[in-house]
Formats: sequence, C-alpha cells, structure tokens
Amino acid sequence: MTLIELFFSFCLIGVLAFGGGYAVLPLIQEQCVEIHGWISMAEFSDLVTISQITPGPIAINSATFVGMKVAGIGGAVVASVGFMIPPFIIVTILFAIYRKYGNQKIIKNILEGLKPAVVGLIAVAAVNVILEAVWGEAEVSIFSADVLTAVITLGAFFFLRKLKTGVIATILTCGAISVFFEIVMSYFA
Amino acid sequence: MIPLLRERFVKKLEWIEEEELIKLAAIGQSSPGAMVVNLNVLIGYRLLGIRGAICAALGTAIPPLIILTFIFYFYDLLINNRYVSSAFRGMRAGVAAVIADIVVNLAAPYLKKEKMLYAFIMIGAFSLSWFFHFNVAVIIVISGILGALVGFVRDRRRQGT
Repeated sequence: MTLIELFFSFCLIGVLAFGGGYAVLPLIQEQCVEIHGWISMAEFSDLVTISQITPGPIAINSATFVGMKVAGIGGAVVASVGFMIPPFIIVTILFAIYRKYGNQKIIKNILEGLKPAVVGLIAVAAVNVILEAVWGEAEVSIFSADVLTAVITLGAFFFLRKLKTGVIATILTCGAISVFFEIVMSYFA
Repeated sequence: MIPLLRERFVKKLEWIEEEELIKLAAIGQSSPGAMVVNLNVLIGYRLLGIRGAICAALGTAIPPLIILTFIFYFYDLLINNRYVSSAFRGMRAGVAAVIADIVVNLAAPYLKKEKMLYAFIMIGAFSLSWFFHFNVAVIIVISGILGALVGFVRDRRRQGT
C-alpha cells in the first residue's frame, strides 16, 4: 500500500517538476510533508542540505531518502523509479515532436507561464523552511523565535547576497556556528 | 553539468556533436523532471534507442540512490546526538537563507515593466498556495494555460498590426 502511494506521489512530482533544480522543492514538500506526512519539515530542510553536498538531482536524493524512511530500500527504488517514469515518457515524445516539427511555439509559451509560477511556489517553500528553522513547531511570534537561528539565517542571507559566498560553505558554516554555541552552552548547563 | 557532458560525450568519446547536445538540452529543459536525468535519457535514446535511454536513466539514478542510502543510515543513527542535531539545526538556517537568496535571484527578472504579466503570475501563484492552500498541481496547470494565452495574444498582436 505504502509502496504504491510512494510510487504515485513521486510520479506526480515527476510530471509537475517544470522549471529547473529547485522547482521540485514545493512539490516534494507538498507530497511528503503536508499530504502524506512521511517526513517532517525539519527533515525536509535537512534533505535540501544533504542534496547540496551530494551528487545527483534533489528529486532523486529526496526520493531515496523519503523512500528509505518510509519503506526501506524497496521504497527508495520505487520512489526514484516513480519520479523518473513520467519525464522519461514525456521527453521521448518531445524528442519525436521536435525532430519532426521543430521547436513548438506553444510549448515555449506554456513554459514562459510556468516559470514565474514556479518561482512563486519556491517562495512558499522558502517561507516554510524559514518558519521551521526559526520557530520549529512553536507558534510564530516575536517571543517564541529561536534567536540564534534567526541571527544565523539573516547573517547567512547577508553573506550570500552581498558577499556572494558559496552555498555549501555558507550552509556548513551555519552548522559549525550552531555546534560551537551548543558546545559553549554545555559548559554552563 | 553541460560542460561535463560536452567534455565526455562530444570531445572525449565523440559519440555526439556539440550542436546536437545543445538541442537535446533544450528539449530536456522543456520537459518536466530533473534536467540531469532528462538530458542523459535523451543522449541514451539518441545513441541506442529505448535500451540506451533506460541504461542512461539507470546510470543517472543509481549513484545517488546508493550514496543517499548510506547517508540516510548515518542520519538516522546520528541525528539524536546532541551535536549532530545542533549542526543540522544550524544548517537549516543556512538552507533557509540559500532558498531565500535563490528566490530573490529568480524573481528579479520579473520585476521589470515588460514582464508585468508574468510577475502577476508569480505573485498569484504564491498567493494561491500560501493564502488559499491551492494544490501545486492546480496552480501549475493554471499558469501553463495562462502562459499559452499570453503568448498567443502577444503573437497575434505582433502579426495583426
């Protein structure tokens, strides 16, 4: 039962994943966190972290991770295969169409409409990731915010935007800072 | 990634021309799914038909599958450790900043006047998802239709007048 759910969930993700690397984020979040509750929002963020450091597309990484958590290696395989099948079919069809008829304007127009929508959806994922990082499961208010995490997030954003630091370096440094403070705190407890 | 493919398939192995690679990349980007997988599948298909496509797909998916399986085991094992947990909490903050940065980069081109219609789609998609909890699938279908309409109207205008 779960294997079938995994398969079709990732098939759906595969069908809708237009617009580049991060386009899958809102899709994976909706399917795996919100609809099926296979992973928590925190694990979702950790998945993105891990994907930065490992090779392979985020989608396959996510399929493997979620699949493993839900149903072991079988789940990982089923989810990954599920993700790859619809694009496999679509891409073969597109190849045939382009070969015979050349680039199709209507496909280009549809994609032009999809791209900004995907940006909007990634923005939603961004907000969710930020909320999880700073507030966790707590209700969102000024008082319940994890100050250290909030500061790290803002600092990281500044470094990324203004100083153009690398993605992996930034994420790892944030982790290091958090561990540093954890070690410091352990001397006071 | 494309430079990698160019190095290997065009220059080193000479299985495919550079022009063809670029055309396949365009198809790969027009299709849903991971670009890496699509492009590799296309190259496989182009070289050896369906069998080539399947082998390419397997070749693309198996390394991440193996690597992530190991990482999952370690994650599961270590995440309860206080320091590992703290590191991940910190990294979540970093990821939050990274995704925010990406959104700003992706959104910037739409903040020009001539892209206003598309900016509306962007803001509309965000609103429908965040405030009205619309399914991602529904939003994507609507925006695809809007894109086709906008493009159609624009092309008509250019031809008509």
